[in-house]
Formats: sequence, C-alpha cells, structure tokens
Amino acid sequence: MSRKPPANILSLASQTAAQRKVKTARPVNLNLFSIKWPVTALVSITHRISGVLLFLAMPLLLYVFEMSLSSEAGFRQAGAMLASPMPRLLCWLLAVALLYHLIAGCRHLLMDIGFGETWRAGKAGARAVIVLSALTAVLAGIWLW
Amino acid sequence: MVTNATSLGRSGLFDWLVQRFSALVLLAWIAWVCIGVIAMPEFGYPQWRALFAATPMQIFSLITVLSLCAHAWVGVWTVTTDYLNEAHLGRTGTAIRLCTQAACLLLTLTCLLWGARIFWGSG
Ligand code: HEM
Repeated sequence: MSRKPPANILSLASQTAAQRKVKTARPVNLNLFSIKWPVTALVSITHRISGVLLFLAMPLLLYVFEMSLSSEAGFRQAGAMLASPMPRLLCWLLAVALLYHLIAGCRHLLMDIGFGETWRAGKAGARAVIVLSALTAVLAGIWLW
Repeated sequence: MVTNATSLGRSGLFDWLVQRFSALVLLAWIAWVCIGVIAMPEFGYPQWRALFAATPMQIFSLITVLSLCAHAWVGVWTVTTDYLNEAHLGRTGTAIRLCTQAACLLLTLTCLLWGARIFWGSG
C-alpha cells in the first residue's frame, strides 16, 4: 500500500531532483509587449504607473506643504507659484495621478475583501474607475483654473 | 534568485497588510484635509495653519507620514523587484535593482524625517 509522504520538514529532504527543479523554476514575469490588454489590465498598470509617479513626487509635495505652513509669506508664495502656468499644469497632473491611484486603490481594497471579483464585475469596476477618474480630473481642472 | 521575497517585514503577508492599512490611513487623512478645506469659510493662511495645529491632527498627520513612507517603500520595492531583475535586464539585473532600491530607500527615509518635521512642527 502506498502511503502519502509525511507533510513535515523532513519530507523536503527526500525530494527528488526533479521535484526540486520544479520548485526553483519560479514563474517569470510576462513579456508586457506581447500580451493582450483588457480594460482590467490597463487599469492595473495605470495604478502602478501612478504609484511610481506619486513616489517620485513626494519631495515636491512635502516642499509645497512646508512652504505653505511655514508662514503667511510662505503661504502666499506657494499660492503664487501654483498660479503660474507650468507649475499649475504639474499640480493638476499630480492631482490626477493621486485621484486615479486613490480610486483604483479603493477598487483594489474592495476586491481584496471579496467584492467584484468575477470577470464581469471586474470589468465593470475597471470601467467605473476610468469614468470616476475622468470626472474628478475635470473637477480638479475646473477648481485649479 | 530571490531568496527573501519581502521588503519590510519578514513575510509577504505582513507587507501586504502594511500596504492595505497604510492605504486606509492615507485615504482617511486626505479625506479629512479636503473636508477641512471645503468647510472653511474662506481659505487663508490662519485657517490652513489651524487645520494642522491641534495636537490630535499633528498625531494623525505624523501617522500619515509614517504610513505614506511604508506604503511607498513596499510599493516601489514590489515594482522594482518585478521589472529590474535578471529575467528582464540580463546579468546586471540584480545590481541595477539593488542600486535603484537603495536610492528609493534613501528618498523614502528623507521624506519620512522631513515630513515628520513639517507636520510635527506645525503646532
Ligand atoms: C502619495 C501617496 C501614494 C503613493 C506614493 C503611493 C504609491 C504606491 C505604489 C508605488 C504602489 C505599488 C504599485 C504596484 O505594486 O503595482 C502602490 C500600491 C497601492 N496603493 Fe498606493 N500610493 C499612494 C497613495 C495611495 C492611496 C491614497 C491609496 C488609497 C486607496 C492607495 C492604495 C494603494 C493600494 C491598495 C495598493 C496596492 C496595489 C497592489 O497590491 O497591486 N495608495 N501605491
């Protein structure tokens, strides 16, 4: 009668070479340029890109916070700075990145606790993220200009 | 080969939880600041400063800075580990990844200390 191997640490030592090879052959990332891009994948990669952008923008955000909180003059200076065209555009782009990351992040958290995990709901959620982000991007633009 | 597949804690589950928890803190803080600004009768320096001056808000902001840095570090660690590796970049992949991660870690720590001073000193 064949018995199941014991599920303890000792069983690791008795692995065959082939078994070990399978374990060390970890999955390799997909080639991003050869795969299809359904809407869910687009929303996911944009979440990632916005996250990296925000990471790079952290010093800038802190700089503006520091300036605006330092004094009345600093507050005015920060306001004046954001009023010129290029910084204002940058400000809008960062706001859009944050809003997008935040909205897609909420969808992510909802899925983590089990909402909207089917393919259909996943697609609907991804579309909702795009629509909501576009809306808030326009609102942020109206508020800034 | 990656032998230690975590960035912050000793397990991937811990990192995963850190990123979720910190996301919620960031969300709460951003919402609170936005509500505070919208509720201001007029937007000026005294009101803006007052928003961050009370001790509970200072603590909240400091926890948010900590969360931001933990979130950002786990995040860029994940991204860099996914792309900057030998499978994508060839033999120098690991060296490139470690250098990039070291730079990201320095930036994160800088923001942590700087952010802590800004918000803790805002009383
Ligand atoms: C300036 C602030 C922020 C920065 C710098 C930032 C940065 C990042 C980065 C770099 C990632 C990794 C992306 C990836 O692994 O694909 C990430 C993931 C994530 N972010 Fe943020 N983030 C910020 C704010 C927020 C906020 C406010 C939320 C609130 C919902 C949030 C929710 C998430 C979630 C849920 C993930 C996990 C995604 C995953 O596991 O794939 N983030 N963030």
